[in-house]
Amino acid sequence: MKHASTKHQLYGWLLLLPATLFLLAFTYYPTLATLAKSFFSQGTAIRPAAFVGLENYTFMLEDDVFWQVAWNNVIYALFTIPISIALALMMAIWVNSRLKFKSLARMSFFLPTMLPMIAVANIWLFFYTPEIGLIDQVASVFGIESHNWLGDPDTVLGCIIVITIWKEAGFFMIFYLAALQTLSPELEEAARLEGASRWYYFRRIMFPLLMPTTLFVLINAVINSFKLVDHLFILTKGGPDNASSLLLYYIYEVAFSFLDQAYASTLTVILLAVLAIIAIGQFVFLDKKVHYQ
Amino acid sequence: MIINLQGRKFSISLESSAAYFLAFLWVLPLIYALWAAFHPAEYATRFELFAPLTLDNFATAWEQAPFARYFLNTFLLVTSILLVQFVLCTLAAYSFARFEFPGKSIAFGLVLIQLMIMPEVLIVENYTTMSNLGLVDSILAIGLPYMASAFGIFLLRQTFKTIPHELEDAAKIEGCSLWQILWKVYVPLARPTYVAFGLVSISYHWNNFLWPLVITNSVTTRPLTVGLAIFGAPESGVDWSIITAGTLLAVAPLLVAFLLFQRQFVQSFMHAGIK
Repeated sequence: MKHASTKHQLYGWLLLLPATLFLLAFTYYPTLATLAKSFFSQGTAIRPAAFVGLENYTFMLEDDVFWQVAWNNVIYALFTIPISIALALMMAIWVNSRLKFKSLARMSFFLPTMLPMIAVANIWLFFYTPEIGLIDQVASVFGIESHNWLGDPDTVLGCIIVITIWKEAGFFMIFYLAALQTLSPELEEAARLEGASRWYYFRRIMFPLLMPTTLFVLINAVINSFKLVDHLFILTKGGPDNASSLLLYYIYEVAFSFLDQAYASTLTVILLAVLAIIAIGQFVFLDKKVHYQ
Repeated sequence: MIINLQGRKFSISLESSAAYFLAFLWVLPLIYALWAAFHPAEYATRFELFAPLTLDNFATAWEQAPFARYFLNTFLLVTSILLVQFVLCTLAAYSFARFEFPGKSIAFGLVLIQLMIMPEVLIVENYTTMSNLGLVDSILAIGLPYMASAFGIFLLRQTFKTIPHELEDAAKIEGCSLWQILWKVYVPLARPTYVAFGLVSISYHWNNFLWPLVITNSVTTRPLTVGLAIFGAPESGVDWSIITAGTLLAVAPLLVAFLLFQRQFVQSFMHAGIK
C-alpha cells in the first residue's frame, strides 16, 4: 500500500473534480474577481471600466455611511456573540440537568433555528410596533410610555441584536449539549462530595472542558455576525438613517439598489478580509488536530 | 449541612423557574403568530380569552399571494440542491478519505475555505457570473453556489475515515469495482451522516433568503422566503392577521416536520456539530 499507483492517484483527482469545478466557479473565481474589480471604476454603456488603482478605497475611507455601517457591525458583533454564547451554554446546562419538562424546554430553545429569519422578522415587527405592539402593551401596564423602537436611531440596533440573539442561542445550545453529554457524570458527583459549589464546578471543571466547543461556537457566531442580515429587509431596511445597517446589507444596497458594482466589490473585499482574519485566528488558536485530522 | 441542602434546593428551583421563563420567551413569537393568524383582525392586538376563532386569514393569504407556486419552487430548490450535494460531496469525501495523491492536503485546505467564504458574501460577483451564464431568475441559479458544500465534504470525509479498510479490501476481493465499493460499502454505512447533513441542508435552504432575493425576480422562481418578504412588506398594505397567517403557511412544513421528528432533528444538528 506504500506506493500509490498512478491509477490510484488519478482516481483520487477524478473523484475530486466535480466538486472542485463548482468551488472554482462559485467560490475561488468570484473571490479573486471581487478583488480585481475593486481596483476598477464602474463601467457604463459609454465608458468602460478603467483601472483606477486605490480610488475606490479612498472613496470608501471618505464614505461616512461605510464608517457608520462598520461601526454598527462591530457593536452588533460585540453584543450578539457573547450574549448568545452565554445563553446557549446556560440553556444546554438546563436541558442536560434533571429539569422537569426538559424536552419541551429544549424544543422551545431550538425552535427559532427552524424558522426562516424573514418569517421571524414579520412576527417581531409586531412586538416592536409602537402602542399596539406587545412590548408597549406590556410596558403600559407598568406605566412606561410608548416608544417607537424601530424608528429611533438609539434603539433600533438594539432591537435587531435582540432578534439575532433569540435566533442563534438555541442553535449554539445544540453544540454545548452534545459536548455536555460526553462529560462523565462522576465528575460532578465527585466535585459535590468534595463540597465544591455548583458555581465552582462550572468555573473550574465544566467550562474548561467545554473550551473546544466554545471556540467552535465562537467562530460560527463571529461569521454569523457578518452574515445574518435577512431581518433588516423586513424590519428597518437599514434605517432610520443607516442606524441599523450592517456591512453585508450595505453591500447589497450598493450593488443592487445603487447599481455600483465596483464599490460593492470594494466593500466585499473588506468583508473578505475580516473573514480571512477570523480564519487565520482559527488556525492559530484552535487545536489543529481537532479539525484537520 | 441541612441549611446548605435547603439553600441548594432553593437555588435549583429558582433556576428551574428561570429556565421555564426563558423557554416561554423563546416560543412567544410563535404563540403570538398562532394567536393573530387564528383570530379575526380586530383581535390581532387585543388578547381576550374567548375571542372567536377563524381560518379566514389563511384563506385570504393563500388567495393574495401565489403560495402554491412558491411552495413548489422551494421544494424544487431544496431537493435539487440536496441531490447534487450528496453526489458531489460523496465523491470528494471518498477521495479525501481513501486516496493518496500529490497536492491532497492543499486541495483539502482550499475546500475548507468555503466554510469561511460562504456564497452569501459573494452575491455581487456571483450575480455577474449568473448573468453571463444567462441563468438570472432561475431556480438552478439559486442552487448552484451551494452545491459543492465544504461542510458536507468535511462531514462525510470524517465518517468515511472511520469505516474499516478491511471492508473495502473484502469487497475488492469479491471483485467489486470502485463504484460498487462506494455505493455498497461506504454510502450505506454513512447513512446517519447523510440524514444529519440532509436535515441541516434542507432547513438551511428552506430558510435561505439573501441570495434567492438577489437572483430571482418572478413568481415562477421565487422561493417561499422571498415571496413572503414581498407579501409581508409594509407597502403591500396587507393587515397583520393575514401576514401572520401567510408566515405560518410558509414555515408550516418544516415546523411540523420538526415537531414530529424533534429528536431526530436535534440529534442531526448535534451530529453535524461534533464531527
